[in-house]
Amino acid sequence: MAATTIFKAMYDDDDLLMHAVKELRSKKYHIEEVYTPFPVHGLDKAMGLADTRIAITSFMYGCLGLAVAITMMNYIMIQDWPQDIGGKPSFSYLENMPAFVPIMFEMTVFFAAHLMVITFYLRSKMWPFKEAENPDVRTTDDKFLVEVQVKGDEEELKELLLDTGAIEVHVPKK
Amino acid sequence: MASHYEAPIRKPLVLGDKGYHDVSVDIARPVEGKANKQWWIVFSIALVAFLWGVGCIIYTISTGIGVWGLNKTVNWAWDITNFVWWVGIGHAGTLISAVLLLFRQKWRMAINRSAEAMTIFSVIQAGLFPIIHMGRPWLAYWVLPIPNQFGSLWVNFNSPLLWDVFAISTYLSVSLVFWWTGLLPDFAMIRDRAIKPFQKKIYSLLSFGWTGRAKDWQRFEEVSLVLAGLATPLVLSVHTIVSFDFATSVIPGWHTTIFPPYFVAGAIFSGFAMVQTLLIIMRKVCNLEAYITVQHIELMNIVIMITGSIVGCAYITELFIAWYSGVEYEQYAFLNRATGPYWWAYWSMMTCNVFSPQFMWFKKLRTSIMFSFFISIVVNIGMWFERFVIIVTSLHRDYLPSSWTMFSPTFVDIGIFIGTIGFFFVLFLLYSRTFPVIAQAEVKSILKSSGERYKALRAAGQPLYTKPERGVIIEIEPEQEEVPEVVPQGQPVLQLLDRIGKFDIGSQIPDDLKKVKGIGPLMEKTLNKIGIFSFLQVSKMTENEYDLLDSITGSFPGRARRDDWAGQARKLINLD
Repeated sequence: MAATTIFKAMYDDDDLLMHAVKELRSKKYHIEEVYTPFPVHGLDKAMGLADTRIAITSFMYGCLGLAVAITMMNYIMIQDWPQDIGGKPSFSYLENMPAFVPIMFEMTVFFAAHLMVITFYLRSKMWPFKEAENPDVRTTDDKFLVEVQVKGDEEELKELLLDTGAIEVHVPKK
Repeated sequence: MASHYEAPIRKPLVLGDKGYHDVSVDIARPVEGKANKQWWIVFSIALVAFLWGVGCIIYTISTGIGVWGLNKTVNWAWDITNFVWWVGIGHAGTLISAVLLLFRQKWRMAINRSAEAMTIFSVIQAGLFPIIHMGRPWLAYWVLPIPNQFGSLWVNFNSPLLWDVFAISTYLSVSLVFWWTGLLPDFAMIRDRAIKPFQKKIYSLLSFGWTGRAKDWQRFEEVSLVLAGLATPLVLSVHTIVSFDFATSVIPGWHTTIFPPYFVAGAIFSGFAMVQTLLIIMRKVCNLEAYITVQHIELMNIVIMITGSIVGCAYITELFIAWYSGVEYEQYAFLNRATGPYWWAYWSMMTCNVFSPQFMWFKKLRTSIMFSFFISIVVNIGMWFERFVIIVTSLHRDYLPSSWTMFSPTFVDIGIFIGTIGFFFVLFLLYSRTFPVIAQAEVKSILKSSGERYKALRAAGQPLYTKPERGVIIEIEPEQEEVPEVVPQGQPVLQLLDRIGKFDIGSQIPDDLKKVKGIGPLMEKTLNKIGIFSFLQVSKMTENEYDLLDSITGSFPGRARRDDWAGQARKLINLD
C-alpha cells in the first residue's frame, strides 16, 4: 500500500493540464488525483472518472419529500381533525388536493435540494472544521496539480512530466 | 483548445489583461485590505437606521400593533407592502444564478454572488414583517405544523398564508445553500492566500475544507445544475404564492387571476433594479470595473426594460378585465385607484414602473452608468408604490361607504421600514468586506473564452498558452514516520519481540493495526514504538505476551485479551 511512489506535477495552464492528463493516460500511468482552482471542462472524462450519481440521489430525495408532504397533510387535514373550511369539507385527500399542491411542491424542492447538498458535502468530505487536503496552496489560485503513481522507470516519468509542460515536479527524496 | 472558442463578435466579459492569478488578486483585495472612510460612513448610517428600526420594533411589540397607522378598514398596510417589496427584491438573485445558469448566460458569473447575497438579505427583511405583525412573535412557531396544546388542532393547509410560510422558508434555505456551495471554492482561495493565522482559521472554517479535486468539481457542477433546476420553479412559486395571499381573497382589485405572473414579473423587475443599484456602487468601491462591465449593466437594463413592459401590460390588462367583467365593485376599485384620493400613488407607480424603463430602448441611455443608477432607484420606488396601491387603495374604500377612510403611517411604520433598509445595508456592507463578492472560480473558467486578453490573442491568431520554460524537479523530504522520542527498551520489550518476531521497517510494509478492534491511533503509536507493526506479530500473542504488553504500556490492562487481538489479527492476515 504505502510502497507506491507519487509524483506531483504542477502546471500553470488548463490546456497544458488536459494534454498532460491525456498523455499520461495513453501511456497507462495511473493518475491518483488532480487538483484545480476551477472546474476544467472535460477533465473528468479525460481522467476516466465515472459520472457522478448525485442528480439521481436528488430525484430520490425529492420523491421522499413529496411522500412526506402527502402523508403529513393527509394526516393533519383529513384524518386527525377534518374541518369544514369555507364550505369545503375535508372528506378525501384527492378532492382537497388542489389546495395542497403548493406545499407538496415546496416540500419536494426542500428535500431534494437540502439532502442532495448534504450528500455532496459528505461524499466530498466537506464540513465545518474540516482541514483542507490540497497538497499545495497554489491549487486554489492559478496552478493545476496532478498526482501520478510511479510505474516502471522513475526518470522516464520525470521526463514525460517535464515534456508536457510541468513547471514543477515534486518527487520524494530518496 | 476548441472548448474555449467564443465568437469574436461577443464583447469580452472580463476586461483588461487578466490571467488566472490576477482574478484571485482582484477578488481577494477587498477582503484582505482595510475598509476605507466611505465604507465606515455608509456603514455607520446603515447601523443607525437599523438600530432605529430595532427601537420601533421593540415599541411595537411591547405596546401593540395599535402604534401603527392601521384602522378597522385598512387593516393591512405598510408592513405587508414592505414584506412584498422585500420578497420581490429577493427574487433577482436566484433568477440570475439559476435561470441564467440554465440558459448558459456567462455574464451571470460576475453578478450572481452579490445578487444571491442580496436575495438572502432581503428575504430576511421580508420575513421580519409577518413575524412582527403576529403581535406576539415569541409564538411564531405556531405556524409550524404542530398540534396546539389543547388537543390536536393543526395549522390550516388550505390557507395561502401558511403556503407562504413554507414557500419563503424553503426559498430562503435553498438560496442559502446554493449561495454557500458556490462560495466554498472562493473561500478556499482566500484561505490559501491568507497569511494571518486568524484569517486563515476563519476561512478554513467557512470553506468547509474545500480541496478542489477533479471529483469534487464534477459533483460541484452537477449540484449547481440540479440546484438551478430546482430553484427556477421555486423562485416562480414563491412570488406566485405571495400573490395568492391577495388573489385567493374576495376583495375587489385583489382576486384577479393575473396576479401570479404579474407578481413574478414585478419581482424580477424590482430585483434587477436593486442588483443594479448595489452593483453600480460596488464595482466602483471595490474596483471591480473589469468584471462588472458596462455590458453587464446594459444587459441588466434590458431585463429591467422587458420585465417593466410585462408589468405595464399586466396593469393595462387588469384595467381592461375590470371593465370587461361588468362587476361594479371591481370597476370602482380600479377607477378609485386611478382617480380617487390615492391617485398620486397610482400615477407614481405608473410613471416609475411603466414609463421610466422605456428609456432603455436607447443604447446611449442604457449604457450610461449614472442614468442606469437613477432609473434603478426610480424603479425601486415605483415597485414599492405598486404594492402600496394594490394593498391600501383596495382596502380603504370597502363595501360600506360609512367606513371609508384613509391610511396614514405613524413614525413607527416609517421607522420599521427604514430600519429594514438599514439592516439590509448593514448585512450587505459586511458581506462586501468579508466575502469574495464575485464567483472567481467560475470567472476563471470562462476567462479563456471571454476574457479580453485571450480574445485578443485569438484575434491575433496566437495560441492561448505557451509552454513554459522547462520545469524543475523538486525533491521533497518524504513524510517521516514520527520517530519515537522515547523508545521503550528493556527486558520486557526484548522478551516480547523475541516471542512474536521482529519487524524490519526498511524492508517490510507495516499493517494498519487500527483495523484490529481495540487498537486506536494512540495505541497503534505505542505498539509501533515497541516495535510491533504487523498483524503477524499481533497474531502470535498469547496470554503471556498480553501480560508483557500490559506491563510495558501500563494503559488499559486486559484490553488486548478481552478484544482477542491475536484472533482478530489472524483473520485480518487471511483477508489480505
